[in-house]
Amino acid sequence: MAKYKLEDLLELLKNYNVERLEDVKIEGDLEIEIEGSSGVDLSSLTALYTLLNEFRNFFYHTNMALNYLQRISTMLGVPAPFQPAPMAPAVAPAAPQPVVPAVPELKLPEKLIEAKFEPPKVEYPGYIEEVVLGATKADGGTRDYVVKLGGERSLAFYIFDKPQPNLPKIAIDVFDRPPSLAKAVKVHYEDVVGSPPEWAKKCVKKFGADMVTIHLVSTDPLLENTPASEAVKVVEDVLQAVKCPIIIGGSGNKDKDPEVLEKAAEVCEGERVMLASATLDMDWERICNAAKKYGHVVLSWTQMDINNQKTLNRYLLKRAQMPRNSIVMDPTTAALGYGLDYAFTNMERIRISGLKGDTDLNFPISSGTTNAWGAREAWMTESPLDVDTPWGPRELRGPIWEIITGLTLSLAGVDVFMMMHPLAVAVLKEIFNTLGGKTKGGVADAGKWITAEV
Amino acid sequence: MKVKSPLEVYNFLPRTNCKECGYDTCMSFASHILDRSAKVYDCKPLVRDAEKDPKVKEKLEKLIEITSPEIAEVIVGIGDKALKIGGEEVLHRHELTFFNPTAFFFDVWDTLDDKKIEERCKRVVEYKKFYVGKFLTLDGFAVRCISNDPKRFREVAKKVASYGKPMVLIALNPECMRAALEEVANQRPLIYAATEGNWKEFMKLALDYKVPVAIRAKDLNVLKSIAVTFKSAGIKDIVLDPVTEPLGEGLQGTFERVIQLRRKAILDGDKDVAYPILITPISAWLIEGDEVTKAYWEAVIAGMFIVKYGDAMIFHSIDQHVVMPTLTLRFNIYTDPRTPVQVAAGLREINNPGPDDPVFLTTNFALTYYTVENDLNSAKIKGWLLVVNTEGIGVEASVAGGKLTASKVKEIIEQTKIAEKVKHRYLVIPGLAARLQGSIEDETGWKVLVGPIDSGRIKGWMEKNWPPKK
Repeated sequence: MAKYKLEDLLELLKNYNVERLEDVKIEGDLEIEIEGSSGVDLSSLTALYTLLNEFRNFFYHTNMALNYLQRISTMLGVPAPFQPAPMAPAVAPAAPQPVVPAVPELKLPEKLIEAKFEPPKVEYPGYIEEVVLGATKADGGTRDYVVKLGGERSLAFYIFDKPQPNLPKIAIDVFDRPPSLAKAVKVHYEDVVGSPPEWAKKCVKKFGADMVTIHLVSTDPLLENTPASEAVKVVEDVLQAVKCPIIIGGSGNKDKDPEVLEKAAEVCEGERVMLASATLDMDWERICNAAKKYGHVVLSWTQMDINNQKTLNRYLLKRAQMPRNSIVMDPTTAALGYGLDYAFTNMERIRISGLKGDTDLNFPISSGTTNAWGAREAWMTESPLDVDTPWGPRELRGPIWEIITGLTLSLAGVDVFMMMHPLAVAVLKEIFNTLGGKTKGGVADAGKWITAEV
Repeated sequence: MKVKSPLEVYNFLPRTNCKECGYDTCMSFASHILDRSAKVYDCKPLVRDAEKDPKVKEKLEKLIEITSPEIAEVIVGIGDKALKIGGEEVLHRHELTFFNPTAFFFDVWDTLDDKKIEERCKRVVEYKKFYVGKFLTLDGFAVRCISNDPKRFREVAKKVASYGKPMVLIALNPECMRAALEEVANQRPLIYAATEGNWKEFMKLALDYKVPVAIRAKDLNVLKSIAVTFKSAGIKDIVLDPVTEPLGEGLQGTFERVIQLRRKAILDGDKDVAYPILITPISAWLIEGDEVTKAYWEAVIAGMFIVKYGDAMIFHSIDQHVVMPTLTLRFNIYTDPRTPVQVAAGLREINNPGPDDPVFLTTNFALTYYTVENDLNSAKIKGWLLVVNTEGIGVEASVAGGKLTASKVKEIIEQTKIAEKVKHRYLVIPGLAARLQGSIEDETGWKVLVGPIDSGRIKGWMEKNWPPKK
């Protein structure tokens, strides 16, 4: 079996989605507020924002997701003993429940004391901006459909508080040079590596991606150093190959990315792509200017720090004059077990601040969930420590690591996930549709496990 | 808790600064009550006086009442393995912290043969996963009565109890439950479940055997009614199961019920529903699909409610693809966000190193530190490990954020006098800190070798790079 190199993966992750920051310098001319702008009471504005939200038909790909879900082991290529078993009929008869003689000796309540549960209702004065990615013919683009992010007026999936107009969307990663990937991921893309257009097609047609992210990693001066004008040809090919909205990633090089993204913005004129990313330590203004000129969206990326996120957003809004409907934030994703608690809480605080009315933070959130594959639990064949209980087959551990990382952050408020494993994509979609109230039915008797073998 | 300032607590205290509680002043003690790092009972004079004076007793009881957690804390099991569930104060961990990690109970059922039962119990008891300096382990068992035979259920409860872990006993038939309680009530199991159909019998069982009881009802009016009824009968240790439906609208409804229950308790202060919440990821095994599908969905349901308010859970699968991610997630979510997870900076000697052994460098972020320490140990590498104070930040982020710098490295080299302990001047830095190589060499005069990005690869790295080629 070929040995898979972690160093390569990490190197790659670093190139497109992990830290590549010099010491951050923040100019001291901004007031930083945390936890919403508590000084201003925005609750009086609530009425203005209670407009009806259009429900989007979100059954797109749901059936496919369900299909995957019902045969996960096949999907993973796991051999016996995980063969799908034929559906067993009702397992065991419900256990009879003999009545126990009443107990007269104690003076106990004979009847239930009736109590009413009044569900609480929580309303926020603020709302999350709705950002549209992609443009159809009607809007001067060539996409078949657009993707809407954000628009929430309540915490994620709290549809009992307020309808959630847009459920989280999924963008699958595509690279312009052959990447090194965890084996469990690689097997799904082996046939398309080297051809970003084919790769993008597979993501959309086979794996149900809402969007694709084309990472122009080869532009990195430490790698091929592909010139911007040449690198963006791949983007044009991808635009031809798929008709979904697209996201364009640089290499993470702070000197080169503004140039690359500027060029990409130019060749994508009218398509309303997302440029990933602007950071505090690069020429964000140049990226924003290109986005404005050609009608795109900018991803505002900071390193797990709510104050830095606020600062960068303010730069984009106030200095670069970005329209409010053209900013998405990436507050950085850490993997389950490797800082997920920080990532989760940071995003949750950002989201709550936005809902409370902090207009520097009320933008949709993006997560580089592929980072989950950096966790050794996701890709190592076995624990490096003999004392651990054996870790079990890694082809089962990897996807669930990406799923749980994504699920957790979806509950913090993430609106768009950049991911890789097709099974993780399918399962997350199923979760979003379920919590978003878009799936019907359930199991007939949710209490059957109490009295029957499962 | 009701009180929001230490002053409110202080007014109940003797205000003598006697130090018996271990704190210098009553005010300091009061602030520790407030962040729940001290208990009211630690105020010895107050407790002593309360025994003599009914007025003081009243005061003590009042203080306990106003400082008790928003969500009742229920204890399952006995002795040092007893589990506290509930006891939460906030809806979001950044508002304070979550206190008692979701308790994980693993399915054992009484129609399994004894050998299989032993196998399952052993797997649960022996499970461990090294993480941030300690072993993650599993909490206890959920013993299900499938046989509907009181004798068999009692027998199995007894067998499982012998493993010494807290238990949930699961039977809707009160007769079966009574039989098991006769055997193991002294282990303080949680009994599951009182329902609209059997609540009278279960009320009696909970009172007779003084054990905590779970109430199961999908209708929250019914759930609350049973809880109120139980409370009026003198039952304090109550756990709520709003019914985990595993799929579709059912699961969405479950999500809503769990959130509404917890918000009602914390936002509206409704004490009648301020109890720990029980979730049953085992319900995932009712969906259609193959084994892996069910196991994955079980992990998904668990993950959802580890983040959102599940205080105890019943699992069917003990496979790693369910256990490892959920156990890790639980640790992450229940980590106290107020204290960065860090270890002391300084020099660690790994496997009695000598003057020719390598000097490694890492950060004081606990996860990084323990991972490196354990990888060195398990690869049986002798070496000196310098731990830099990066304020609990990992390597990559601390390099980016200026917490790990050449001058910090110089400082730790000087402080630890490592130069007097080794004959060479080679420092191995983490792969993720590679870009500090030049500046550290300039600052310290040591030759810097860039190690692997993951310390799990350090053995292979050593074979190629140590001792250094001159």
